[in-house]
Amino acid sequence: MAGLTLERVNKRFGSTQVIDDVSMQIDNGEFIVFVGPSGCGKSTLLRLIAGLESITHGDLMIDDQRVNNLTPPERGIGMVFQSYALYPHMSVYDNIAFGLKLAKQDKQTVDERVRQTARILQLDELLERLPKALSGGQRQRVAIGRAMAREPKILLFDEPLSNLDAALRVQTRNEIARLHERLGSTMIYVTHDQVEAMTLADRIVVLNAGHVEQIGTPRELYERPASRFVAGFIGSPKMNFIQVTAEADAEQGCRVEIPAVGQRTLPLALSAGGPSETTLGVRPEHLIPTASESGEGLEIVNVEYLGSEAYLYMERDDGELLVCRTQAPSPFRRGQRVTLDFDPTHAHLFDRDGRAVPPRARREARPEPQGADS
Amino acid sequence: MTLRRLKAIALKTGFWLLVAVLVLYAIFPFYYAIVTSLKPSSQLFEVSYWVDSLDFSNYVTVLSQPTFLAAIRNSVVVALSVVLIALLLGLTAAWALGRVRFRGRTTVMMIVLGVSMFPQVAVLSGLFEVIRTLDLYNSPGGLILSYTIFTLPFTVWILTTFMRQLPDELEEAAIVDGASPWVTLTKVFMPLLWPAMATTGLLAFIAAWNEFLFALTFTLTDSQRTVPVAIALISGGSQYELPWGPIMAASVIVTVPLVVLVVIFQRRIVSGLTAGAVKG
Amino acid sequence: MANRQPTMAQTPAAPTPGGTLETTQPVRPRRERGTRVRRRRVRAAWLFLTPMLVGLALVAGWPLARTFWFSVTDASLSSLEGANFIGLENYLVYDNGWYGILADPLWWQSVWNTLYFALVSVSLEAVLGVIVALVLNAHFRGRTLVRAAMLIPWAIPTVVSAKIWAWMLNDQFGIINHLLMTLGLIDAPLSWTADASLSMWAVIMVDVWKATPFVALLVLAALQMLPSDCYEAAKVDGIHPVRVFFRVTLPLITPALLVAVIFRALDALRVFDVIYVLTSNAASTMTMSIYARQQLVEFQDVGYGSAASTLLFMIIALVTVVYLYLGRRQLGGGS
Repeated sequence: MAGLTLERVNKRFGSTQVIDDVSMQIDNGEFIVFVGPSGCGKSTLLRLIAGLESITHGDLMIDDQRVNNLTPPERGIGMVFQSYALYPHMSVYDNIAFGLKLAKQDKQTVDERVRQTARILQLDELLERLPKALSGGQRQRVAIGRAMAREPKILLFDEPLSNLDAALRVQTRNEIARLHERLGSTMIYVTHDQVEAMTLADRIVVLNAGHVEQIGTPRELYERPASRFVAGFIGSPKMNFIQVTAEADAEQGCRVEIPAVGQRTLPLALSAGGPSETTLGVRPEHLIPTASESGEGLEIVNVEYLGSEAYLYMERDDGELLVCRTQAPSPFRRGQRVTLDFDPTHAHLFDRDGRAVPPRARREARPEPQGADS
Repeated sequence: MTLRRLKAIALKTGFWLLVAVLVLYAIFPFYYAIVTSLKPSSQLFEVSYWVDSLDFSNYVTVLSQPTFLAAIRNSVVVALSVVLIALLLGLTAAWALGRVRFRGRTTVMMIVLGVSMFPQVAVLSGLFEVIRTLDLYNSPGGLILSYTIFTLPFTVWILTTFMRQLPDELEEAAIVDGASPWVTLTKVFMPLLWPAMATTGLLAFIAAWNEFLFALTFTLTDSQRTVPVAIALISGGSQYELPWGPIMAASVIVTVPLVVLVVIFQRRIVSGLTAGAVKG
Repeated sequence: MANRQPTMAQTPAAPTPGGTLETTQPVRPRRERGTRVRRRRVRAAWLFLTPMLVGLALVAGWPLARTFWFSVTDASLSSLEGANFIGLENYLVYDNGWYGILADPLWWQSVWNTLYFALVSVSLEAVLGVIVALVLNAHFRGRTLVRAAMLIPWAIPTVVSAKIWAWMLNDQFGIINHLLMTLGLIDAPLSWTADASLSMWAVIMVDVWKATPFVALLVLAALQMLPSDCYEAAKVDGIHPVRVFFRVTLPLITPALLVAVIFRALDALRVFDVIYVLTSNAASTMTMSIYARQQLVEFQDVGYGSAASTLLFMIIALVTVVYLYLGRRQLGGGS
């Protein structure tokens, strides 16, 4: 029943470990997005699933069958490439039909499938054209059509929108989401753009340096990041990080000493022991600025007005910037001094290894996301 | 100001003079061959710089010789066969060398490069034996076989360079579509490599058309000669009685097709030559 | 798979590797030697290479080995099979005086001629080639036509160009003597191809004429890839064009020039047809290739001729190896 399972998948190029013990399970019909900074191994992971790279060790299962040794078509996957990689000398029709013909489908089936695919993607009018006579968005659709024509069990997308301009990107993003709705097939999508990840995914896999940082729904990732890395990667503007000293408090959770703010108590289950160096994370929308009368607090060094909201940038003593998201128009001006506070229920705490400190005593109510490398 | 202008004019004149000299140097010999070939034999020994007569008797003489016509036919057969074989073997080899990483690839590349640097004389006796064993002596077959020694290496080399320039994702798309290497090569790459193949084929054709040493050594009778040998062996009674008129006519006949090809395809030829050399 | 419950859909938390291991049997690490696609590709690669490798073995590898073998036998053209092993006698032997190729003054002269020819003609071609390339790189009306004209000598078969030049250099009726005499540069016609002191220059003249376009094209390709910004910078700085050429252009096109030069040098070291047609077997222009072929074919002495061929091969192989070694050190970092 499971769509796709990775069990301790590893990939080495020579002595470089590119994919490090990655395990996950993807359900039939899910839309999964691999996201991470460049070089994190997300494209390699996709190519391992596609069968374009060999798995050094570990198991890849599709529908409970080990497919490590199968070719891409035998695995039942279709793939959309970053550069589209359309066959330049073939018409749209032939591009879509190529895989079907190679699968030895009879002529009528090929024709039916091509036309059906073209209808879904609104390519009917373009079937006789060559790729060079198409716009970027149309090429993108042909690439998708070619990938889905053989009705693969799993559709793979390798940064498919990175060659489109911003407006077209939003439109195509929408089309891909609707296509997933319509086809209901499992889709795995690689991107470095967290907005694409958040908007498209049923679940997001955050990769960092070849290992999984966290797997979860967009909301889980945003609200309960399992590590400082995920917290910093998801969300824009970035989460604010402040070095703090924290100490477990059996009664209320943990106490943190925050420079320029003071002492606060967070409902987090920090392990008992003496005070420890931790990182406090607060999202920009959870920082509450108050105009400072006495000249205390931090200076606003920049205000960015975005229409629906505004970002305030405050410089700390150590030169780090803090950012705060407020309603627009903002009542604050550049040069003004503000004191900051935050809602403790929305604060995150990361230990020295970057792992999130779990919330206090709510475990049975909701299993919290964890870091992969715990 | 005027001095500067004078200098500019002088520079410009000098430049055009240089261009004129170079062009004259490049084309005059061939032009002179045409001039000579159009002279009746009576005027042959009066030096003239212009075409002052249009006498085609030299052409008639040459083209009415069965051996010369046979030589043209042999040359065409040999050159076209060589092009075909070189492209076929070169294309498959270029796919392997240009698109697959495997152990031994560098060694194969080095072998190919090494063979392209072989002096032809070095294999003359051994090749003579091979050709005689295969019963190909004094036949176009022997030449077709022996010409692969110099056409195949550069064909492989140039096509490999072009093959490498094709995007990786295109091949991966074909793999995902279920294409075998042979299908990828013939259905996806070959249509995209037509320009490169035309270039390489042209270079192979020119090389085979112009070859002399093997053609001279591995053929015996006039009916099996190729054009360069036929022209080299046109003779009169002695050095001073060489029939220069017919020789020039024959030279023009065998060269004009090449010159036309080169002028038409000059861009392709340049790209082919540089592709072959830059990687060297 | 039932024991792998709860599945991902029900549990948003990712199964950590540790967690996965707890609920399932230990996974035996398996090593793969590449995907099936990859193995198939490597197999196909060798399959695709086979025809070429067989072809090269047939026309290059095997014949070369046979040439080496013949060079230590007394084989003659009429009795290749009945050849006897005679050691290095073809190369050098003492029998009341030194005999063999290495004792043959004609061979030594052919070596000298070959080196002289290669050095002079390739040097001239390099200089002329750079000049032609610079001209073709300039923007002027009719550039394409001029470039086409420059290609013509390269396209003409060597034999034909040798014949054309032989005619132009003809001592009695040649246009070159006529021209030089008209200009008053010489008093009497020169016997270009027959005079031992002139024939080498005649040969070099033809080779330079024919091969310069090749050098020019390679250099031109390099010139056209040069970044224009450093020229603009030099122009802004007011540096003299000649200085720019030697300081900027020349160093940047040197790799391409070196490639062209080695290609030409290898060609020049094995030169045969132009000399054969222009001056036949004359000693004054005899090269190693001419010498070897004369022994092989005309004197039918396959053993001796093969020894001469082998020596030529060795010399060219040496040049190639030295070049590859130097080239790798020179260009290795760049590419």
